[in-house]
Amino acid sequence: MTHKILIADDEPNILISLEFLMKREGYEVVLARDGQEAIDAVVRERPDLVLLDVMMPIKTGFEVCFEVRAHNDQICNTRILMLTAKGRDTDVAKGLALGANAYMTKPFSTKDLVTKVKGMLEATA
Amino acid sequence: MKPRLERGVLWGALALGLSVLVLMGLAAALVGSTLEATERDRWASWWGEVMAGRWPLLALLWLGLVAAAVAVGQRLWQHYVQPLSHMVDGVDMWLNTDVIKPVVPVGAPEHRALADRINQLLAQRERLRQDMDERVDQISQGIEQERSRLAALMSELTQSVVVCNLDGRILLYNNQARLQSRALSGSVGGGVELMGLDRSIYGVFERKLVAHALENIQERIRRGAASPSAQFVTTTAAGQLLRVQMAPVRGVGSDAPAALTGFVLMMENITREFQSESARDQVLNSLTEGTRSALANMQAALDMLDYPDLDAAMRSRFLAVLGDETRRMSQRLVDLETGAAADLKTRWPMEDMLGADLLNAALRQMQSQHAVPISLAEVDAALWLKVESFSLLQAISYLSGRLVDEFDVKFLQLRLAPATLPGHEGRKAHLDLIWSGQAMSTETVMSWELDAMRQGGDGSLLSVRDVVERHGGAFWFERERTRHQAFFRFLLPLANPQEQLLAADWVRNESRPEFYDFDLFQTNAQSRELDDRLLTELTYTVFDTETTGLNPSQGDEIIQMGATRIVNGKLLSQECFEQLIDPQRSIPVATIPIHGIEPHMVAGKPTIAQVLPSFHAFAQDTVLVAHNAAFDMRFLQLKEKSTGVVFDQPVLDTLLLSAVVHPKQESHRLEAIAERFNVTVLGRHTAMGDAMVTAEVFLKLIPLLAEKGIRTLGQARAAAQTTYYARLKY
Repeated sequence: MTHKILIADDEPNILISLEFLMKREGYEVVLARDGQEAIDAVVRERPDLVLLDVMMPIKTGFEVCFEVRAHNDQICNTRILMLTAKGRDTDVAKGLALGANAYMTKPFSTKDLVTKVKGMLEATA
Repeated sequence: MKPRLERGVLWGALALGLSVLVLMGLAAALVGSTLEATERDRWASWWGEVMAGRWPLLALLWLGLVAAAVAVGQRLWQHYVQPLSHMVDGVDMWLNTDVIKPVVPVGAPEHRALADRINQLLAQRERLRQDMDERVDQISQGIEQERSRLAALMSELTQSVVVCNLDGRILLYNNQARLQSRALSGSVGGGVELMGLDRSIYGVFERKLVAHALENIQERIRRGAASPSAQFVTTTAAGQLLRVQMAPVRGVGSDAPAALTGFVLMMENITREFQSESARDQVLNSLTEGTRSALANMQAALDMLDYPDLDAAMRSRFLAVLGDETRRMSQRLVDLETGAAADLKTRWPMEDMLGADLLNAALRQMQSQHAVPISLAEVDAALWLKVESFSLLQAISYLSGRLVDEFDVKFLQLRLAPATLPGHEGRKAHLDLIWSGQAMSTETVMSWELDAMRQGGDGSLLSVRDVVERHGGAFWFERERTRHQAFFRFLLPLANPQEQLLAADWVRNESRPEFYDFDLFQTNAQSRELDDRLLTELTYTVFDTETTGLNPSQGDEIIQMGATRIVNGKLLSQECFEQLIDPQRSIPVATIPIHGIEPHMVAGKPTIAQVLPSFHAFAQDTVLVAHNAAFDMRFLQLKEKSTGVVFDQPVLDTLLLSAVVHPKQESHRLEAIAERFNVTVLGRHTAMGDAMVTAEVFLKLIPLLAEKGIRTLGQARAAAQTTYYARLKY
C-alpha cells in the first residue's frame, strides 16, 4: 500500500523540491499552502504523515498540530513531522509539547528527511 | 621675702601659752591640796611677799614663750605644710586647666622628692594624652577619609542609592536618587514629595514589595549567604520601570550579627535602556530564521539537481528556485540595512527571580482582581527564573482576566515545574495557568496571544506573544482530559546562578551626596466644628508611647514618643515626631525586651516636661489617634498639672474603631488588626513603628466606617463610645 504524505508549507520554492522528492520515493503526495488548507487536507485526505511547516499564513504549524491532536477519531493519530526555520530550543519544545512526533530544523539534508519519513511510517505500520 | 604670719601658727602658739598657764595653775592647786590649812596660808603669804611687784617678769616670760612658739611654728609651717599646699595648687592647675607647668620643688628634701615624682607622673600623663590625641586624630582622619570616599562613591554612582531604616524612613540618599525621583513622580511636586530625609520609601515603592525583599534577605542571612541581597523590578506611579537591588544594613553590635537595622536600595531606571541591544537581538533573530528558510529551499533544490533521472523541465525549475532564493536573501539583507530594525520593539532586561515569588505576586494580583477561587498548585520552590516580572505578571493577569470574563471558569491555579523535555532539564521551567471550564478553540488562544493586553482601559500595547518572545520562551495551550482541566503554559528560562550584576558605570564629578531637610507641612486654621467634619478631611496626629510600665498613677513614666501625621487621607510618614525621654527614674529590666530602650539611651535626653510642649505643638489643630488611646492619654493627662500642657483635642482609638467595624473579631490587638488589613509591620514596638502601623490601620478603617454610615468625627466618637460601654459590660 502506498503511503500518503501531506506537505504543508507556504513557500513554493520548498514545496516543489519536497513534492518531487516524496513522489520519487514512491509516496502519494498532497500539498497545502497554509494552515487552514493543511487541516482541511488532513481531514479530507487522511494522510499517513504530514510534513508541517511552522510559519504559515492563516494558521501556524503549532495550531494545525494542536487541532489535529484534538480530533476525536483516527485523525488525531496522524504522524506529524515539523519542519521549521525556528531553530530555538523553546520552539522545538513547543512543537513536541503540542503533539509533533518529530521536529526538523531548516535547513536539513533531504537524505535525512527521507530516512526520517521512512522510519516514522514504518513505526506506524 | 617676708613670710606672712600664718594665722593657724599664731593660734597654735597662743594655745600653747594658755596650756602652760593652765598647767602651772593645776600644779599649784595639786600641791596646795596636800597641805594643812595653816601650812597653806603660810605658803600663800610667803608667795605673795616674793611675787609682790614681780608679776610682770612672769608675764614677760610667758610672752617670750608664746613668741618662740610662733617663730618655731611659722618655721615648721613654711617648711612642711606650705610646700604641700603649693604642690596641691600645682597639681590642681594640671587637673583643671590646659596650662602645663611643672610643680616647683620647695620645702624639705622629702617634699622636693615628692614634687619630682609628681612631675614625672604628670609628664607621663601628658605623653599619654598626646598619644591619645594623635590616635584620635588619626582615626578621625581615617573616618573623614572614608566618609568622603563614600560620599564620592555615592554621588558618582549612576545608580540611585537610598538608605532606609526598618521603618522605611530615608536616612540618606544621593544626588542620583533625587534626580531620579523627579523622573518617577508624575506630580506637580516634581519628586520632592518622594525623596527626602525622614520621608517614607513607601512613597516610592509598595510596602509589600519592600517587605518581601527584606524577607528574602533575612532568609538568605539565615541560610548563611555571603552577600544576602535581593532584587526586584517594579513600576512607579509615573509608569517608569525600576530595577532595585536591596542590601541589608546590619547592626554593628557584637552579640547579634544578623540583626537588620535597615537596608540600602540601589535603583536603576531601566525604562529606556537596552533598546539598541535588544533591537540588534531582534535583527539577528529574523536574519537567522529567514536565512534558515532560504537555505532549506536551496539545499532541497540542490539535492534534487543531483538526481541523474531529472528531466530538463524539472532541472530548470530547480535552478529557478536557486536563483529566486539567492535574490531574496540579498533583498533581505538590504532591507535589514535600511533600518527595518528601527521599529522593532524594545526588550527589557531579565531579572533573576525566585519562581515562587513570581507566582505569589501573580496570585496576589489575580486575587485582587477576580472573584473566582485562585490558588497555587504544585510550585517548585527551588526554581530561579530569568524573567522580566512586570510584563510577565501583566500577561498572566491579562489571560486570567479574559478567562474569568469570557469563559466563566470555576477556578484558576498557577503551577511551576522544571521543564522535563529532553535537552531542557535545568534550563527551562513551565509556568502554567490552569483552569477548569469550557473548551477553547485555537482561534481564541491565538487571538488572546496576539491581542494587545488591555483590560478595563489600562494595560499595555504589548501582546502575550511579545512578552513570551522577550523571554526567549514559548507559550501554548494544552488540555488535561483526565483531570478536566486546561492550561496555558509558559516555557520560561531558568536563571544562571553565576550571573552577576553589571558593574556600575562611573562618572567624573566633584559633587557630594546631598542631604535635605524639609519643613513640616503646615495646616490651615479650621473653621467648622470638628465633630461635624468628615473623617476623610481631618488632619490627624497618630501617636504611640513606650513607658516604664502600665501604671502612671504609681510612678510609671513615658520613655519614648513617636507620632506621624495624616493629612487629606494620606499618611505623611516623613512628618514624624520621635523622641526618647528621660523618665528620671529607673527602667524596669523586665520591660526592656518589650521596648528595647536601655537606661543609657535615655540618659541626658529631655524630660517629659520638655518634650510635651513640643509634642503639643506637633499635634496642634489635629485629632489625636492612638491604639488603646485611653492608656496613652492617661499618661499625658497625669502630666497636665506639672507641665501645664493640656491635650484637649478629640481622641480616636483604633482599638475601639476596629471593634465597631469588626464586632465579631476576638482580638483587636494592633498586630491582629494589622494582619487583618494586610498592613506590613516593620520595626514594631518602637513608638514610631507602632504609630506608623496604627496610622495605616486607621486609614483602612475610615472607608469601613463609612460603609456603616459613620462618616463624621462626631459619629465615630459616639460609635466608639457605645462599643466601649458594650465591652465594659462583660
